[in-house]
Amino acid sequence: MEKSFLQKYGILLVLLLICAVLSFLSPVFLTASNLINVIRQISINGILAIGMTFIILTGGIDLSVGSQVALTGAVTAGLLSSGVNLGIAVVAGLFIGGLIGFVNGTIITKGGVPPFIVTLGMLTAARGLTLIYTGGRPIYNLGTSFRFFGAGYMGGIPVPVIILGIILIVSHLTAKHTVFGREVYAVGGNPEAAVYSGVNKNKRLVQVYTLMGFLSAITGIVLTSRLGSADPTAGSGFELDAIAAVVIGGTSMFGGEGAISGTLVGALIIGVINNGLNLLNVSSYYQQVIKGVIVVGAVLMDGYARNKQTKLTKSSVEQSQA
Amino acid sequence: MKKTLVWFAVLTLLLGTVNVGHVFAKDTVEIAVAFCTLNIPFFVEMENGVREAAEEAQVRLVVTNAEDSAAKQLSQVEDLITRKPDLLLLAPVDSDVLVSAVEAAHKANIPVITIDRTVNSDKVLTYIGVDDVAGGRAAGQYIAERLNGEGNVIMLEGVMGSSAQRDRAQGFEEAIGEYEGIKLLAKQTANFNRVEGMNVTENLLQAHPDVDAIFAQNDEMALGALRAIEAAGKQDKIVVVGFDADPEAKDAVRLGEMDATVEGSPYKLGVMGIEASLQYLNGETLPSQILIPLELVTQDSFAE
Repeated sequence: MEKSFLQKYGILLVLLLICAVLSFLSPVFLTASNLINVIRQISINGILAIGMTFIILTGGIDLSVGSQVALTGAVTAGLLSSGVNLGIAVVAGLFIGGLIGFVNGTIITKGGVPPFIVTLGMLTAARGLTLIYTGGRPIYNLGTSFRFFGAGYMGGIPVPVIILGIILIVSHLTAKHTVFGREVYAVGGNPEAAVYSGVNKNKRLVQVYTLMGFLSAITGIVLTSRLGSADPTAGSGFELDAIAAVVIGGTSMFGGEGAISGTLVGALIIGVINNGLNLLNVSSYYQQVIKGVIVVGAVLMDGYARNKQTKLTKSSVEQSQA
Repeated sequence: MKKTLVWFAVLTLLLGTVNVGHVFAKDTVEIAVAFCTLNIPFFVEMENGVREAAEEAQVRLVVTNAEDSAAKQLSQVEDLITRKPDLLLLAPVDSDVLVSAVEAAHKANIPVITIDRTVNSDKVLTYIGVDDVAGGRAAGQYIAERLNGEGNVIMLEGVMGSSAQRDRAQGFEEAIGEYEGIKLLAKQTANFNRVEGMNVTENLLQAHPDVDAIFAQNDEMALGALRAIEAAGKQDKIVVVGFDADPEAKDAVRLGEMDATVEGSPYKLGVMGIEASLQYLNGETLPSQILIPLELVTQDSFAE
């Protein structure tokens, strides 16, 4: 059955509603410079959330992404500050990210340990490695050419936004139009049926966690570049924002159902709320309550819209049968 | 289910591993130091002070890191008590939760000195800290003078409800309150965190392009704010003052990127912690509170 308009775009309507309210409350909100600002801010969470979408589509979870961001950023920064060539430093960061993801995926599949436990362990282990590598101190003086990834512009668009855009398009096409994408949905939707129909489940899982590590590394490099410094505490709590974006965007925590485009909307909702609360100078005590209420409210409204639509369709079917 | 439990047990063991110091001769003085965290520069500096002062005095150290979890620190202190150290130096995660830890140490006849934050118990021998209210006031005073008593200010606040956040805000608002021309346009939390400091400042600069000065309640947020100011092309137009005098922030002040930071000198706090401990163990009496004087670090501090 084709999904109806509301089922498909409910959460997008919620985003537009929040934007409408904010532009009414703050004259600054809808300016071009603020919108670019918001999109640049969500590029960090956006890249992570795209990787997390693939993970959650398989029915898994990755709690270690924040620590992966910190470790890959620190390794890249450490190499840069010791005079290593920019290209090599970036590739090393990406390699470490992919390696952590590969280890996660391998322990999950070969060891039969639940993703929650494996990545919880990796969350502390990778954070510990970051602290050992940095000695608990930030690494800075990274040179101006490295600032390009986080603070640069191309054709007037911030580089992090361009990176997010490319990853978004490639991921969307991969999820919708490749064997890999179809099998990821199959593994999460009905693992046993997937295996019977010839899907190499373990291989796909390792690939998905490795991809997540790779995207965490890109995030780590962009973040370190934006800050001009690798902070050993960077990225703590990032996993929650990434998971929130995926779930708000309509991907099922049980796997097999969801879309990259929804995740982008989820990340935008979180980013727009943070931005709006700052613009309106809402008391810091109230902010956390308001954030919580809006996030749950958004998902409720989305669910309500879908349900109503399903019921309407059902009753129209019944009527036509009668 | 059984498998999950086993894995949980393994993890718990891994997580609970504490950093136990070297074992030296038996009759040297042993001081146990329970840090709330060693994952941020402020406490890393403090630990450097503790280690160097201890090495000089040939004191044996046992150090734990609670990673900002009060529950974890409580059990670490319980573990430390079983070692029967001569004294416990405690940088508490929380002033109320650690009361039972202090009382357990007291019961085991181990004197407790708190450092950086205190614990709400009369069993604490002495508290060594910085005067955050005075520090906030110094920052406010400096900004008011730099702006000649007229201008728009925003404040980046720390973790809401922490004593550093409350006291630094109180001092700062008192100081700028004495100038009619200084307006506090916005105060928003960035949780002592650099990324949030950058994002919140970016957002606030959208809403208030006419900001003249930013006070961040720690250097991490101030360094994040610098990046936001840079991205907005407003370098040299906004006065930025941080707090804590972390090495990276001091560098930024020296290079003229940042205007000032309040030196709470975590290193001095660490040294003072060991010195006061030894004074007590040598039979001297200590005042109930030792406050380290705060200094404002500006570019002038480096002109020599």
